[in-house]
Amino acid sequence: MATAAAQKAAETEPGGAGSAAARAAEQQAAFDEAVAADERIEPRDWMPDAYRTSLIRQIAQHAHSEIIGMQPEANWITRAPSLRRKAILMAKVQDEAGHGLYLYSAAETLGVSRDELLDKLHSGRQKYSSIFNYPTLTWADVGAIGWLVDGAAITNQVPLCRCSYGPYARAMIRVCKEESFHQRQGYESLLALSRGTQAQHEMAQDAVNRWWWPSLMMFGPPDEESSHSEQSMTWKIKRHSNDELRQRFVDICVPQAESLGLTLPDPDLKWNEARGHHDFGPIDWTEFWDVLKGNGPCNDQRITQRRRAHEEGAWVREAAAAYATKQAGAPRADTAATAHGEATA
Amino acid sequence: MTTTSTPPDSRTEAALALGDDALVLSHRLGEWAGHAPVLEEEVALANIALDLLGQARVLLSSVGDEDELAYLREERAFRNLQLVEQPNGDFAHTIARQLYFSTYQTLLYGQLAATDGELAPLAAKAVKEVAYHQDHAEQWTLRLGDGTAESHARIQRGLDALWRFTGEMFQPVVGLDIDRTALRESWTASVTAVIERATLTVPSGPQSGAWTAGAGRQGLHTEPFGRMLAEMQHLHRSHPGASW
Repeated sequence: MATAAAQKAAETEPGGAGSAAARAAEQQAAFDEAVAADERIEPRDWMPDAYRTSLIRQIAQHAHSEIIGMQPEANWITRAPSLRRKAILMAKVQDEAGHGLYLYSAAETLGVSRDELLDKLHSGRQKYSSIFNYPTLTWADVGAIGWLVDGAAITNQVPLCRCSYGPYARAMIRVCKEESFHQRQGYESLLALSRGTQAQHEMAQDAVNRWWWPSLMMFGPPDEESSHSEQSMTWKIKRHSNDELRQRFVDICVPQAESLGLTLPDPDLKWNEARGHHDFGPIDWTEFWDVLKGNGPCNDQRITQRRRAHEEGAWVREAAAAYATKQAGAPRADTAATAHGEATA
Repeated sequence: MTTTSTPPDSRTEAALALGDDALVLSHRLGEWAGHAPVLEEEVALANIALDLLGQARVLLSSVGDEDELAYLREERAFRNLQLVEQPNGDFAHTIARQLYFSTYQTLLYGQLAATDGELAPLAAKAVKEVAYHQDHAEQWTLRLGDGTAESHARIQRGLDALWRFTGEMFQPVVGLDIDRTALRESWTASVTAVIERATLTVPSGPQSGAWTAGAGRQGLHTEPFGRMLAEMQHLHRSHPGASW
């Protein structure tokens, strides 16, 4: 760890006059001091249990979103309308798998395993971003996802590059670089459609109409209903409130929509001189909570495909583990190998 | 672009044969996205697919418009090997296909890179990529062959089922000036060594199907290929003349 305060805490001898309670208080104080000083918390540092738990939940959910998020876009790989677009889309979906890998690794520094987290995803005990429960119905959806969904993700994730937990912050720096690239490609793809034939323009507008509101929902519930926000901000896991980031996103998107030559499907959207921000219409929070509870258009489909890929791949992972065991010269332990889930290529 | 009656010019024939191989196999590997057995394989299969798509684009562009060639030719005009159009099947089937094809590609591009022909610069770049593909396929053949009883049986089935499509790789292609005897010998030696190390059996059946060997190169394909093309081409064909 790098912080003087924490080192001081570590050097303090246990026992003696310092009771366990006093020791805990010192650790807590060192942690608080490090967070207050904007220092990074690292895997071997002491941290409050609730901080650890909260980070595991957030990073896992983030990793799961990358993995589930491959599906709506992969849905168009085999139908991409030009070889250039096909290459871009394949590269993007590949990047998402890579982001999932970084994020599972970041979560593993907190003492959980990827297997455990995947198991929670497959059994519905951990969530992924609600946005991926919407279907990709046309090619333009791929562009709209790049522009709006990746745009919202970046708005959310750039502040995470300064998050108090080091491994997460460093993962976000890498992820954000690639996401920004995807976002520009999505925008450029929509621009080509918007300036293309009438049918292509209509396809682009229809996609934006369908993805706009779900993208705004990506920032989470309104501040007054966001259960984790306050604590996350104190811990500097989170730097801005949901509503603050949502407003920032709307302000960014309005001029971009204008240069795309597309409209945003919100009659209440207008510039508010006094606030220096765009006002926008009410979000359908009923729909948001419905999707979150599992009743969105694709919740079943997404999780079923993920589970199936995992189950159908079990024999491959078992084979890799068995082979690795043999190569290591260890005695055959088929059952142990079977229990060990992930093999690496 | 919709007929087979384009006059056979040797440069075109060679570029289409190799370009279509890469294009079609890339498409098949793209179907794995979101379905792979582990995340690392999501990355690896997409990586291989992207390399192949890159090769296809260079080859097709060298003889025409890449999108016209990919999206507006019909089944009978495609020149790819029947091997690469075979459906993915299970992971073992996909790996068997990769083993056969990437070994062929590595040897073929190795030869081409050593010539001073038009394909030499492309081959010199691609040979680095395909060496990685071959290593990936060999490593998985070993893991599956010498893994569990189930994986052993599955990879053996894959190798057996695809064996009949391997003879085509050694048929003459107009414009492809290579030593086919050496290609065949090296391929057989390389594939045999990996299969045996993986505790598997080299298939013994014929290396061609009911069609004359070399059918794919003449535009004679297997049934799953037409359906694959229908999916690949439908959006492009629905918007004639549009740019994307």
